[in-house]
Amino acid sequence: MRQLYRFHGGIHPPEFKELSNGTPIVSPPLPARLVVPVSQHLGAPAKPCVAVGEAVLKGQLIACADGRVSAAVHAPTSGRVVAVGEADVAHPSGLLQTCISIETDGLDAWIEKTPLPNWQEADNETVRAFLRDMGVVGQGGAVFPTALKLGVSHLDTLIVNGAECEPFISCDDRLMRERAQEIVEGVRIAGTLTGAREMLIGVEDNKPEAIAALTAACAGTPIEVVSVPTLYPSGGAKQLIRILTGKEVPHGMRSTDFGVQCFNVGTLYSLKRAIVDGEPVISRIVTLTGELERCGNAEVLLGTPVEHLLAWAGVNTRCDGVIVGGPMMGFPLESRVAGVGKAVNCLIARSDTLLPPRPPAMPCIRCGACADACPAQLQPMELYWHAKAREFGPAQEANLFDCIECGACSYVCPSQLPLVDFYKFAKDEIWAAERDKKAADRARARHEFRQFRIERDKTEKAERLAARAATPAPAATPDAAKADAIRAAMAKAAERKADVAPPTEDAKRAAIKAAMARAAAKKAEQQDAGTPPKPALDDAKRAAIEAAMARAAAKKAEQQGTATSEAEAVPAPAPKPAIDDTKRAAIEAAMARAAAKKAEQQSTATSEAEAVPASAPKPAIDDAKRAAIEAAMARAAARKAEQQGAAAAEAEAAPAPAPKPAIDDAKRAAIEAAMARAAAKKAEREAQKGQDPQP
Amino acid sequence: MNILLTALGVMAVLAILLGAILGFASVRFRVDADPLVDQIDAILPQTQCGQCGHPGCRPYAEAIASGEADINQCPPGGEDGIRKLAELLGVDFKPFDGDAAEPKPKSVARIDEATCIGCTLCIQACPVDAIVGAAKQMHTVIESECTGCELCLAPCPVDCIRMVPLGTSVETWKWRYPVIPIRTIKA
Repeated sequence: MRQLYRFHGGIHPPEFKELSNGTPIVSPPLPARLVVPVSQHLGAPAKPCVAVGEAVLKGQLIACADGRVSAAVHAPTSGRVVAVGEADVAHPSGLLQTCISIETDGLDAWIEKTPLPNWQEADNETVRAFLRDMGVVGQGGAVFPTALKLGVSHLDTLIVNGAECEPFISCDDRLMRERAQEIVEGVRIAGTLTGAREMLIGVEDNKPEAIAALTAACAGTPIEVVSVPTLYPSGGAKQLIRILTGKEVPHGMRSTDFGVQCFNVGTLYSLKRAIVDGEPVISRIVTLTGELERCGNAEVLLGTPVEHLLAWAGVNTRCDGVIVGGPMMGFPLESRVAGVGKAVNCLIARSDTLLPPRPPAMPCIRCGACADACPAQLQPMELYWHAKAREFGPAQEANLFDCIECGACSYVCPSQLPLVDFYKFAKDEIWAAERDKKAADRARARHEFRQFRIERDKTEKAERLAARAATPAPAATPDAAKADAIRAAMAKAAERKADVAPPTEDAKRAAIKAAMARAAAKKAEQQDAGTPPKPALDDAKRAAIEAAMARAAAKKAEQQGTATSEAEAVPAPAPKPAIDDTKRAAIEAAMARAAAKKAEQQSTATSEAEAVPASAPKPAIDDAKRAAIEAAMARAAARKAEQQGAAAAEAEAAPAPAPKPAIDDAKRAAIEAAMARAAAKKAEREAQKGQDPQP
Repeated sequence: MNILLTALGVMAVLAILLGAILGFASVRFRVDADPLVDQIDAILPQTQCGQCGHPGCRPYAEAIASGEADINQCPPGGEDGIRKLAELLGVDFKPFDGDAAEPKPKSVARIDEATCIGCTLCIQACPVDAIVGAAKQMHTVIESECTGCELCLAPCPVDCIRMVPLGTSVETWKWRYPVIPIRTIKA
């Protein structure tokens, strides 16, 4: 007889298992439609890999595992994919999630099964990838991908969890009674894969039939079936490890650090089915119990709507809700059209007589009953106070994340406090804060890199300019000063441009940069002592450049104005004036730039250059006016063009002077619309700018 | 007299010794950066939106550290952010000003790709490089990297960017605060 240990705390809630554990596992009729969620496991949701309308066979891959922590999803029966999109899932939030809806064809035709017969020769990596693609996940409740848990070698003890401690649930019990041989085979495979020295199956002593069946199946194998005393929550992984091995897994460590790994019996059953029979996980045993005509266990295809199961089992009139999971750790189902997932082990049709509603909560009286019951040896009242006050830091320090949410504390609380709800709230808040923090860190890194990149581009450009200026005339000395002056001018231009844009911080940033550039230029100038005429020369140059740029801008604006008016005046026959105009504008701008350069080279004529900027402000005022007029005109033109486009589309008999009017018109209309929108925005912005300084 | 001299001597030696240790420590264990700015920057949400009037989160953190800016200028950080800043700096909590921008639900920018003319202005405005595209090619927002700063809205010449609030998904859903319903009990 093996020595057993006792975990701290624990409770004895009424079991209600006899409601459902007396009848064998049955198969409900095939529903007309299956709604298979792509996220039935912990980690990244699987990626749908079928299209709507595609015919699928039973066991066909319909969503591939996405990343390391993920598992594949398969078609539970043959049929046709009718929808890939958001649908109700069995989740406490009641929110929608991506699901693949399959219309069943009733044939239940299998795809060719692909077992892994030589798994003993295959390396661990291959077997794990195979299991991931077969969609094998932990069926005890956490739905953690099994492939990841098998990534250990030389285990001391492999523990198989058949405790099933939660009231009402009997799916593992029936599975162990009826399919013990397959479970034992699964245990053998898992034991070989993990190199376990010792394999134990822990079953609570309230399931003597299951223990007998397993013991018979284990005869002649090194696997040992251990009967453990019934005590909630002995089915928790850490608790069962404690009972069977005496090892306690401390905070922040994993059981594998102590050479122990724990698997649920259902998981190993599906593992055996995948490896030996080549059947992916497409169904699971679900306990249907509570206020039903026929309570019992059913082998349910994944994605079967809860409604279908309840209708088949016959719901009593007393039933006023459905609980997914057990009464201790389960949650009320929001929508009965949700499909069954790999985590759903039990559906309870609840009523107030079966599960009386919780009496109103009273204040905590600090009795400490919760601490006595806590199987994780926490101080539940302390966690409760912190969570209630939203003090998440202290709650975390009180080892909130070691709470397994078993509900023992809430069960014993004489004040009827919903303690676990507070812990769930605090945990979710901490996770959310963690997510935000990660996002902020990423944003910070990206922002800093962007600033670095801009700075680097700027210095590279300046170097390039300096190099270019140095190559044609190596004798010229004032290269650095020149480059600085150009940079300063550019900064000024950028500043002016930024002035137009509303985001003040951009303008500020630009202004700061410009000021810095100017300061740098001045410094360079001062350092170049002994050349007094240079500053005057630079100023002249800068003025000349600015004047040229202003002129170019004015001309461009004019060009655009004429372009739009032209387009308006000659709506159909000229298909490419817009292109010509932009070309012309570009050429003229280039010419203006060339002229500026020339003026720079002939920098002796400073007075002339200075005379020009005086005339620059005038066109600016005109520009504003003209822009407003243009905006209005462009809008009208766009409207006309749109109407014309519509007319052309409606009546093709209209005169077609151009060879390909349909495409050109559409294009032109689109371009004009974009231009009109841009112009309108500009005008709006200017109008706003004009209004702003007045009040 | 001799005792007095001895005492003075001992004290003097001690003073020199301790002074040397302190001097060495101040050089050897010198903290270069201002840790306070880093601590403040770690609290700020890094949207780089400039709603505080500073060009980015770090400049705002520097302004707070130097006492130039108030702690209640960051709408994306929410009241939670103000609370954290108040705790860090040991000052009182201060609600948002009436005229300051209110915190909004977290949203991301989305470009109407049919209207986008490929001008690259939004790409230049994005503080976290979350918009991809090239000149005359359609642009699009990388939603997972978008901080929702809205800086791309203003430069767009054709107004094809809009903010789409991020709803809760199953992954981001949070268990709500347990509310204990109050019931009147008949006497």
